[in-house]
Amino acid sequence: MALNGDFSIEVLSEEAWLLRFGDTIDAAVNARVHAAAGRLQAALPGVECVPAYASVLLRFDPLQWIDIGAAAPSQRLHDAVRASLRDAAVVVEDARVVTIPVLYGGEHGPDLHDVASHAGMTEAEVITRHTAADYRVAMLGFAPGFPYLLGLDPALAMPRRADPRLNVAAGSVAIGGMQTGIYPQTLPGGWQLIGRTPLVLFELASTPPSLLQPGDRVRFRAIDAQEYERLAATGDSGA
Amino acid sequence: MNASVLKPGLLTSLQDGGRQGYAALGVGRAGVMDGPAWRLANALVGNAGDEAVLEFTLTGPTLRFSEPAVIALTGAPVDARVDQHALPGWTRCVLPAGSVLQLGGMRRGCRGYLAVHGGFAASAVLGSRSTDMHACIGPLDGRMLRAGDVLAIGEQKATSSLRTTNTPYVLPWGLDPRPWFDDMARPLALLRGHHYAQLDEASQRALFDASFHVSKDSNRTASRLDGHRLALRQPLELISEATLPGTMQLPPSGQPIVLQAEAPVTGGYPRIGQLAAVDLPRLAQRRPGDAVCFRETTLDESLQRLARRHERLQRLLYRIEERLESA
Repeated sequence: MALNGDFSIEVLSEEAWLLRFGDTIDAAVNARVHAAAGRLQAALPGVECVPAYASVLLRFDPLQWIDIGAAAPSQRLHDAVRASLRDAAVVVEDARVVTIPVLYGGEHGPDLHDVASHAGMTEAEVITRHTAADYRVAMLGFAPGFPYLLGLDPALAMPRRADPRLNVAAGSVAIGGMQTGIYPQTLPGGWQLIGRTPLVLFELASTPPSLLQPGDRVRFRAIDAQEYERLAATGDSGA
Repeated sequence: MNASVLKPGLLTSLQDGGRQGYAALGVGRAGVMDGPAWRLANALVGNAGDEAVLEFTLTGPTLRFSEPAVIALTGAPVDARVDQHALPGWTRCVLPAGSVLQLGGMRRGCRGYLAVHGGFAASAVLGSRSTDMHACIGPLDGRMLRAGDVLAIGEQKATSSLRTTNTPYVLPWGLDPRPWFDDMARPLALLRGHHYAQLDEASQRALFDASFHVSKDSNRTASRLDGHRLALRQPLELISEATLPGTMQLPPSGQPIVLQAEAPVTGGYPRIGQLAAVDLPRLAQRRPGDAVCFRETTLDESLQRLARRHERLQRLLYRIEERLESA
């Protein structure tokens, strides 16, 4: 599917536009978002492109991109956006795959039992289904490096906790509604915690600082306590 | 050279123009809340322009400078003294080695800026010296100042211009703060947001007619507005989108909030307005309890105001540089 003509432009402010490709959380819409964001980031120097579920924010310097006072002040940016998305097909197969090792249940996944009860299955079946799916990083937000992952098995969906925790440990793998995510730092949070990864998701000294990038594909791999300790000690991904 | 923090003030942090280019990874910009005040403070001390400054809130810090220091204070007018000498704002002051600069309270406004010649020289994190206290990123591991901190100051270009007196020396001229820190009662210009039409009729009118005031829960993340609750015709289920400073959101409480420099990079509340860029520092300068009202603006008008402010600021920066060089 071509990207051009398939989105609306909402002018948010003097220095920001929102390109909207849909209004639902949907893997096909999100794939178009990432294809468009990649194109736009490459074609528009100095413009910051921020992908979300169904939209891309463009943040630019209006003194550079907008002809203030002209009859059609935003024509230049408009043309540049349209041109960069013209004939751009959605390419998803070249997305990177990142495998995340997870120690499920026990003290590292205190809500695994509740998720299993809610889904009417055993804890082992939850783990099997959670590791069987192919996920995609729809967007990063909430905190630096926090990935919102699409692709959760619908049978595992579960509402957030009524009483959010004040401290969710870094590396916690969690389910919130139809999504799954990973807490990059110790943070307050209301998602259901099913396991923990020894990987560090956000490190300022790394380039880029976030292990996961928007649009990445993600798989989870179940590990035991021994492997968790070994990976935590070495910082190796074990993939 | 350095400055030791004897008292941190209420909420003081190192800030520069902000951290750009990492929003897609969940890292916001942070940075100064009053951009023109930051640029002018740096210009007055002879900095290149984008050096880090201290942003302080309602009550300023007390600092001891290890060596002679050239400083400038802009933003909200703050009580400033070294020993028994009161120091004016919006000009350049040269302080002798060992000076203890005491910044007190503000009679008006909310945020003040302290620039020092050479700039505060904390290591840049992801390309910026701004402190993001929400995400804990930036100088001092992303936290506000504490007593006992020692802040490094960058190399000074020309120390010969420093007078080696025992008392502070204040430049015989200064800037008129009024164009930059002005009539606090003036309405702030607001663009209609995407979900403005989803407000009920009374709330649509109230947004531009009613008077709000800044809640004490306001911070560098958002200005919360009390005084009038707004309501949607019916609840909206929205998916998260990227957000930006100046966006007025309506959470379920009905209390509108305007996102500020440290806002998270994504959000899912209805967006009922967008503050004109030139009025964002004005809102940042309103203190808890101050009245706020809004007038409707257009994109054209706010773009013109932005261009005019840019020209005026560039002209002034140029003239400051010229005048400091001829001195």
